[in-house]
Amino acid sequence: MGIAIKMPALSPTMEEGTLAKWLVKEGDDVRSGDILAEIETDKATMEFEAVDEGKIGKIMIAEGTEGVKVGTVIAEMAGEGGEEAAPAPKAAAPAKAEAAPEAPKKPVAVKATVADPSLPAGTEYVKTTVREALRDAMAEEMRSDERVFVIGEEVAEYQGAYKVTQGLLDEFGAKRVIDTPITEYGFAGIGTGAAMGGLRPIVEFMTFNFAMQAIDHIINSAAKTNYMSGGQMRCPIVFRGPNGAASRVGAQHSQNYAPWYAAVPGLIVIAPYDAADAKGLLKAAIRSQDPVVFLENELLYGRSFDVPKVDDYILPIGKARIMRSGSDVTLVSYSIGVGLALEAAETLAAEGIDAEVIDLRTLRPLDTATVLESLKKTNRLVVVEEGWPTCSIASEIAAVVMEQGFDDLDAPVLRVTNEDVPLPYAANLEKAALIDAARVVAAAKKVCYK
Amino acid sequence: MLEFYRQMVLIRRFEEKAGQLYGLGLIGGFCHLYIGQEAVAVGIQSALKPGKDSVITGYRDHGHMLAYGIDPNVIMAELTGREAGISRGKGGSMHMFSVEHKFFGGHGIVGAQVSLGAGLGFAHKYNGDGGVCVAYFGDGAANQGQVYESFNMAELWKLPIIFVIENNQYAMGTSVNRSSAEDQLYRRGESFRIPGIQVNGMDVLAVRGATEEALKWVQGGNGPILLEMKTYRYRGHSMSDPAKYRSREEVQAMRDKSDPIEGVKAYLAAQGVGEDELKKIDQDIRKIVSEAADFAETSPEPDMAELYTDVLVEQY
Ligand SMILES: Cc1ncc(C[n+]2csc(CCOP(=O)(O)OP(=O)(O)O)c2C)c(N)n1
Ligand SMILES: [Mg+2]
Repeated sequence: MGIAIKMPALSPTMEEGTLAKWLVKEGDDVRSGDILAEIETDKATMEFEAVDEGKIGKIMIAEGTEGVKVGTVIAEMAGEGGEEAAPAPKAAAPAKAEAAPEAPKKPVAVKATVADPSLPAGTEYVKTTVREALRDAMAEEMRSDERVFVIGEEVAEYQGAYKVTQGLLDEFGAKRVIDTPITEYGFAGIGTGAAMGGLRPIVEFMTFNFAMQAIDHIINSAAKTNYMSGGQMRCPIVFRGPNGAASRVGAQHSQNYAPWYAAVPGLIVIAPYDAADAKGLLKAAIRSQDPVVFLENELLYGRSFDVPKVDDYILPIGKARIMRSGSDVTLVSYSIGVGLALEAAETLAAEGIDAEVIDLRTLRPLDTATVLESLKKTNRLVVVEEGWPTCSIASEIAAVVMEQGFDDLDAPVLRVTNEDVPLPYAANLEKAALIDAARVVAAAKKVCYK
Repeated sequence: MLEFYRQMVLIRRFEEKAGQLYGLGLIGGFCHLYIGQEAVAVGIQSALKPGKDSVITGYRDHGHMLAYGIDPNVIMAELTGREAGISRGKGGSMHMFSVEHKFFGGHGIVGAQVSLGAGLGFAHKYNGDGGVCVAYFGDGAANQGQVYESFNMAELWKLPIIFVIENNQYAMGTSVNRSSAEDQLYRRGESFRIPGIQVNGMDVLAVRGATEEALKWVQGGNGPILLEMKTYRYRGHSMSDPAKYRSREEVQAMRDKSDPIEGVKAYLAAQGVGEDELKKIDQDIRKIVSEAADFAETSPEPDMAELYTDVLVEQY
């Protein structure tokens, strides 16, 4: 028995679209995640992904057909071995997509944006710490591009203050792994100038607290030059290092600068959570033509995650990731907050609340589409941020949701953030000042009115 | 001289105790010990007028506070993050202050204290209070740009400030000659016309003597002066530093040949001061330090309401 593939709704306003191109033909075997077709909506051309595995049976709508109504059956797929493929958990397309009543209801997942590169079947995963993943990313890019070098305090002989650059000096030598004096403003400027001169610097700040000494070059020199030069003068540089609270190091060493940098046009700002993202995104950052602020987290350095063992694991900048899908409430976070949101989601699940967790991964440009799409499904949203509340990433998400997702909201957006105080040293006060999973759970319940 | 001995032993025993409490998990975060450098703070502070001259330093600050006569109990209680701590537990090891003693911190950002110190000097001059500021910073900090911006203005405006470079030869794992084109740091003021003196920072009397000279210069309205104190830290940069960048022998040789406390001991012995007298001081110090540790362990944590106090002074 066949599974009907229907015309998806790929934007909130879409009622019909053009089936621009089929990327599969009758008789092809497809796997979930394969791109089936390109569809033009009122706004853009988007890729349409398969949810189920099986063989493409009959293509009912030829490519190039315009005005295909949402919900129209466009093809039929044969389930494998005569068995019905397991239904996908959720149809992302809203009710309209199921308009054709006679067709058997079959959920279709749609993606409005290009997904992370789907990995070949049977890809091996290797448990890797975030620290090693970052190092591997730098080493791989240094091997493949002679222009890439690392500069910063204690990055070479000491092997990195937090051991992120371990082994790089041995492999690449002192020409490309460079210890600096304690002169952040100076070496950030030297890195920026070197980028303008055609190199690909990776500037490590021992922590981003010390990048405050250098912020002028990050913003006034690196971020604005391409624009000011009418696109002539590029600045492909990565500023990276740990950001946010560590443990008991007090106010001057514990601050999340994500909202600061994310406020600046001309910068890319990335803040990964797990090791795979750390690797794939750092590689992308090094290859980017734009200046990137890459915010790591000291408390995550030692945590291990699965990293796919592929030759060149690179991820797209600007794409959020759904870490856990759910239907009742959306928890949006980044960096260390993602772990807390996932922990909270487990607790919530035990209490009958099904939370979706989104890792923003890139903070500028922000993947608002993924957030809004999730909101459409859950109608409730909580932002989880290890940082101050005022003028935060959480504030930005709340504003975007209010402007673009207002009709989807069943409750006000809540922000779970650190307390609005400099971080205290005392153990009890520090604990009270920082976010934790319990606070996320409480906020999620509140927006669910439970 | 006995007082120098007493203060230096106090700092050393205090720091050893802090190291132990760190190991027990009672102190968290970063903790930078002053062991080996005692003669610098003790020699300099002894020449200052408490309550009149001001002092500012970086995160390696316990020794300076003890040398300034600040109660060891409240310092240790700050290290353990307790209500009775000098910053009410909110600052920690790197961020301690005593306005009463004109001790202006305790700063975690390398180099910041140099400009801030110039500002304190500016205030002394502005107020005409006759005070001098002493700004301590490390050999590593001596490379920060703001140091030179401050040097220029301090000399230009003849600010009453003594810049003290505590050259302990390393900034974390980077030795001076790996970070400094001019590694004779007392010469770092030359292009600003700031005179510099290199001093044996392991010899408390040399430190004291140089400070007196420096005070004379600054109080004479001649503007700033730079003292490079050649010293050494025995322990790692902070508690988590494996210190692979130098050999055990190097550290041991320093301890054997140049230890500032042993130096004073030898001097006192030559003056005919008996072992007993020193033993008595040692015992007193042990008592003071163990009481400070008890105090710091048993004092309560800050009240939760403290989380929100002191963010701003006024209410709006
Ligand atoms: C602006 C800034 N950059 C980096 C650091 C990290 N850091 C803390 S101490 C230190 C070494 C400083 O060495 P030095 O000035 O010689 O002082 P010492 O520790 O030897 O007393 C570094 C790099 C910091 N706290 N602030
Ligand atoms: Mg030093």
